[in-house]
Amino acid sequence: MNEPLVIITIEALITVLVVLNAFAFATLWERKLLGRFQARYGPNRAGPVGYMQPLADLLKLVFKEDFVPEGANRVLFQIAPLISVITAVTAIAMIPFGDPIHVDGYTIQLVGANVSVGLLVLFALSGLATYALILGGWASGNKYSLLGAARSAAQLVSYEVAMGLSVVGVLMISRSMSLVDIVHGQESSTWYILLQPVGFIVFLVAAVAETNRPPFDLPEAESELVAGYHTEYAGMKFAMFQMGEYVSMMVISALGATLFLGGYLGPWLPGFVWLVIKIVVLLFLFIWMRATLPRLRYDQLMRFGWKLLLPIATANLVITAIVVAVFFQT
Amino acid sequence: MSSEQADVFALEAREAREAARREGRELAETERIVAQVEASTPQEAIARTRANEELSSEMAPGSRAPMIINLGPQHPSTHGVLRLITELDGETVRDIHPVIGYLHTGIEKQCENKTYWQGITLVTRMDYLSPFFNIHAYTQSVEKLLDLEVPARAQWLRVMISELNRITSHLVWLGTSGLELGAISIFFYAYRERDRALDLFEMISGERMNNRFFQVGGCADDMPPGFETLLREFVTEMPSRIDEYEGLLSQNPIWLERTRGVGSLPADQLIDLGITGPALRAAGVDLDLRKARPYSGYEHFDFSVPVGTNGDAYDRYLIRLREMRESVRIIEQCLDGMPEGPHISDNRKVVLPPRGELAGSMEALIHHFKLVTEGFSVPAGEAYCAVESPRGEMGCYVVADGGPKPVRVHMRDPSFVNLQGLRPMAKNAYLADLIVMIGSMDNVMGGVDR
Repeated sequence: MNEPLVIITIEALITVLVVLNAFAFATLWERKLLGRFQARYGPNRAGPVGYMQPLADLLKLVFKEDFVPEGANRVLFQIAPLISVITAVTAIAMIPFGDPIHVDGYTIQLVGANVSVGLLVLFALSGLATYALILGGWASGNKYSLLGAARSAAQLVSYEVAMGLSVVGVLMISRSMSLVDIVHGQESSTWYILLQPVGFIVFLVAAVAETNRPPFDLPEAESELVAGYHTEYAGMKFAMFQMGEYVSMMVISALGATLFLGGYLGPWLPGFVWLVIKIVVLLFLFIWMRATLPRLRYDQLMRFGWKLLLPIATANLVITAIVVAVFFQT
Repeated sequence: MSSEQADVFALEAREAREAARREGRELAETERIVAQVEASTPQEAIARTRANEELSSEMAPGSRAPMIINLGPQHPSTHGVLRLITELDGETVRDIHPVIGYLHTGIEKQCENKTYWQGITLVTRMDYLSPFFNIHAYTQSVEKLLDLEVPARAQWLRVMISELNRITSHLVWLGTSGLELGAISIFFYAYRERDRALDLFEMISGERMNNRFFQVGGCADDMPPGFETLLREFVTEMPSRIDEYEGLLSQNPIWLERTRGVGSLPADQLIDLGITGPALRAAGVDLDLRKARPYSGYEHFDFSVPVGTNGDAYDRYLIRLREMRESVRIIEQCLDGMPEGPHISDNRKVVLPPRGELAGSMEALIHHFKLVTEGFSVPAGEAYCAVESPRGEMGCYVVADGGPKPVRVHMRDPSFVNLQGLRPMAKNAYLADLIVMIGSMDNVMGGVDR
């Protein structure tokens, strides 16, 4: 951790720029993939095969009027999208992208912040991101938004628990909360998806719910709540909510890859390439689910979370604890 | 607020009070909203909200007064312009108050100012998803008044096109109600097939929507060359497409959870409300006008009427899919056994003479001139004929006084009648289920408001 400040700054800048560009193209790829799933082309007009579409979207959103509706709480209405983006982008810092590299006598850590409780910080940030939805929905002064906000609060509280429990098994095996150590642990044994298949499935389902993606996109269920918590948002504020959603999708995919799929480990290719491949695979799953599955109802979502996911995660945790305690005691 | 708007609100308030007095009850919460709180501009809405907030400021926090939410008329899933004033307690719907009329175009009244054959163009525009059924009911009533025989080929053509229309209408329903439940892909699959059927409509009638194909006395034209091959291709492919839809949804646990047990009413209540079509058959009542009162030669076809048991949204879904399969069978039988003969009656007092005769026959020219300028006269009387549209009993009541224009045309549109089922269904349901119910009843607002 003895890197000069300038290197850390450069690192952070590169990461944020890459992530924001990845967000732009994630929206494009999602639309293209959805098009393929649905027997149509998807965006292919702007630029070569549609690759300028994110730029066109950005330009459109930038030039929209930036307004606050009457009856909204001005301060909270403006802050909410910021919370959404900041928490999502900060969370990237915990993800290790590769082994440290050595340039000109300096050792550069390919992780923004190698803290010993990296996982807890990530969960804390994703918990904070909920405030963006709740505050944004409440501050809009719109009944649809309010309903969306109430739904998101209930949903995120329920699924945060299941998700937290699903990764405890990994922590027990790796005996560390630092994501770097967890990856190292997988280097010495094997990918934790093989040791924790149930944990991985619970994590995946909870991750979809955490990021409000279909079939758990109740806070913004467009057929019931118009657009849920972001009904009243337009222009760049809307774009920031989108950014928050997509970046947190990428973060949670990266977390899943790190915890269960060996993170940046892999033969032949450099570490970050492997991580990107694993993230893309998980993102593809997100999009596939969106194209295939109908949306759950609010009470069914709650029932699924508390009565199915949580018991499974708990049982998984207990069994892992017993196995680790009995067979791998050191 | 302009005085004109104030008058409208005063009128609504008076109507609501009178209705309440007639029925001997207090004003319902929603009626008070309609009559008093409804605002026409955002500024006015805010002013009223603030006034209400001041009024209710002494109300204790945590009180359980319902939240009034205005679903529609511009809402993604109200199928056009249905407006539901909804009382919500959390996610639970306490009551709904449907407000209709946003798509009112006065078609019934306009028909009184048009000759009989001009009226056909108007009625296609009511239920815009099933134009052929609208005209079919209308032309049948006029034919009944005229006591006009429709040639067998025309009847079979009508059956064939009607069944194709039933498929397209059900496909729109399938796509949109899938979309409302968040299953977005089914929408594109359903519209892909619908587009091919619309191409066939365009081929035979020249239009993709609002097709003016059925005439009084028969059909406007025979099948164009090549139509039969394309239609055969379509019906051979359609069953596998329906399998595809079923593969996506019928066993999908989320789809089952969302639609099973949603929006079911007992069969006798459905009958009391006058609900017909798939919504009634899903509840186990075997009522299909094609079997109960065969018209247009339906007695010659071999098909079955799917009937459900629970009457919930899932049964309605299954029944519509099976109806599509039956429609495919009927179309195949039509193509196989299409009788030879004219496609329209040869009664020159009612039916336009063929184009070719105009050049050579003075009489034909006179008939053509008289029919186009004046229209044909219909003997005085009244007639009601109904067809089984994709949404239920589509009836048309025509009163004639002997002149070339009807005195009264009334359409019994199934969407309008079926909409009444929504309120008893929606009470104490979840908000998300309300959307499923609207979708599963398949109301077309053009038909509701006419």
